[in-house]
Amino acid sequence: MSHFLSPLFETGFFQSEAVRTALIIGTVVAIVAGALGVFTVMRGQSFAAEAFGDIGTTGGSGAFLVGAGPLPGFLVFGVLAAGAMELVGIQRARGRDLATGIVLGAALGLAALFLYLGSTIHNTTGAVVTILFGSIFTISNSMIPLVAVLAAVVALILLVIHRPLLLSTVSPEIATARGVPVRLLGATYLLALAAAVALCALTIGSILSTALLVGPAAAALRATRRAGRAVLLAGLLGVAAMWLGIVLAYDSYYWPPKGNGWPVSFFVVTIVFVIYLLSGVPAWRERRRAGRTIG
Amino acid sequence: MFSGFMVNAWIVASIVAVVAGVVGFFVVLRGSAFVAHAIPNGAFAGAAGAVLVGVDTIVGLGVFSLLGALAIGLLGRRGRHDAVTALALVTMLGLGALFLSLSSEYEPAVYSLLFGEVLGISPTELAPTAALAVVCVLVVAVIYRPLMLSSVLGEVGEARGIDRWRMELAFLAVVALATTMTVPVVGTLLIFSLMIGSPAAARSFTDRPERALLLSVALALATVWSAIALSYTTNYPIGFFVGSASAVLYAIGRLWAAVMRRRSPQSRSTEASHPTHPPERHTILT
Repeated sequence: MSHFLSPLFETGFFQSEAVRTALIIGTVVAIVAGALGVFTVMRGQSFAAEAFGDIGTTGGSGAFLVGAGPLPGFLVFGVLAAGAMELVGIQRARGRDLATGIVLGAALGLAALFLYLGSTIHNTTGAVVTILFGSIFTISNSMIPLVAVLAAVVALILLVIHRPLLLSTVSPEIATARGVPVRLLGATYLLALAAAVALCALTIGSILSTALLVGPAAAALRATRRAGRAVLLAGLLGVAAMWLGIVLAYDSYYWPPKGNGWPVSFFVVTIVFVIYLLSGVPAWRERRRAGRTIG
Repeated sequence: MFSGFMVNAWIVASIVAVVAGVVGFFVVLRGSAFVAHAIPNGAFAGAAGAVLVGVDTIVGLGVFSLLGALAIGLLGRRGRHDAVTALALVTMLGLGALFLSLSSEYEPAVYSLLFGEVLGISPTELAPTAALAVVCVLVVAVIYRPLMLSSVLGEVGEARGIDRWRMELAFLAVVALATTMTVPVVGTLLIFSLMIGSPAAARSFTDRPERALLLSVALALATVWSAIALSYTTNYPIGFFVGSASAVLYAIGRLWAAVMRRRSPQSRSTEASHPTHPPERHTILT
């Protein structure tokens, strides 16, 4: 068995502790991101999902400055940013991107300050790079319980609010008429998103967290119109992209330039992008066929 | 504060502010804040790639910002615009991660690209920045009327023969151009707050597009100038001052608009205070 697979899996893949941790955390994150992502894409809040990752830089560098752990910093700033976005007006479709942008701009300014203050004390700017490009291979396996618990909390919140949230996403008017607290639901969802992205950005970097949130969900929503199926499909696609990316990244240690692996985020993001492109193929062929019969 | 190398900083920063004010006005008008974040941020990968193959940073930035703009424009025609923007951004950043891992360039260079180094501008960088700025403003001047019409009233524009998608592509190209010239100076992360904060604030103060455009440039200049002065005296990074000044300006704008609405509730209904805003495409989500 392992003999046949040896061209795909380089030696030591299944024995490696780092790979095992990466696979477990990657799977958990991809599933939660898929479910949350379907709502993110439907609500048109991909920018917020991306922004929370960047705002993590602020939280991380701020926490570093006061000597706290990165996760509390991430969570506190994520929650604060979610509150600020809600205040500026992310719940209205027309002010959505602007609200996100204003908050993001201010947060990045703060990050610049924190990093500056941090670097004069500790002489390091490493935090930016870690957060932007953080690698899943460097997570210690002591993170697994923490990631699992936070993922479970987010999943639970989503499970509780998913029906009214779906209604208020698709048709806020009907939801309001039925007495659904549309704004409260939106804020709750935003908080869950902030917490989830904080977790993702901390463990796998903000590039991967955005890719896993938006890519599989957008592809799934092109393949099916049913939200439940889209959640399942998005989770599956995300996990597949994650696993394939990890395998390729592991193999790449044997690619040129020797002894320096290619980053996981590059592989996963590329796979997610290809999946999204492929998901557009059926509709594209449909259009061509329609064009031919008419023309 | 006005001697030696600081002169370059003042000149370059003023150029950047004018471009950011002009381009940002349309960014806010079209509700494209995400694009204004994604293109500069993704173009950062181009800089990393340029270091890897050994060409000038500005070439890498230009190529990647144009590619990113093109990808967003092409894919966004059919798909969900914000999801496509996010995907284009992460794909470029993924490539950036690859370039960084392959080259031996290390973190300080990344930091300066992300947060800029306006105080370290050399005189040789002045000419290309100024040239690109002129091109950028000229392009906007040429397509000003159709772009304005297509941004504010897409349907009316189409009825008059302005292809909305072509205008979108042209607009994305302008953002890409602005990115190429501004990123080496103020950094990827802060050109963004300059492009959002002042124009958004300007729109709260006036309903007339031309006035808002001028005000947006004026506010951007004020932001940058005060940020340089404060950064020079306190030694704190310029990005911090730009970011917080933009947020404060926006907050003041919102307050101002709220006060004006309260003063004359009849003449300024909520609809009348946003006449320059594009009609809602997803009315169902408002």
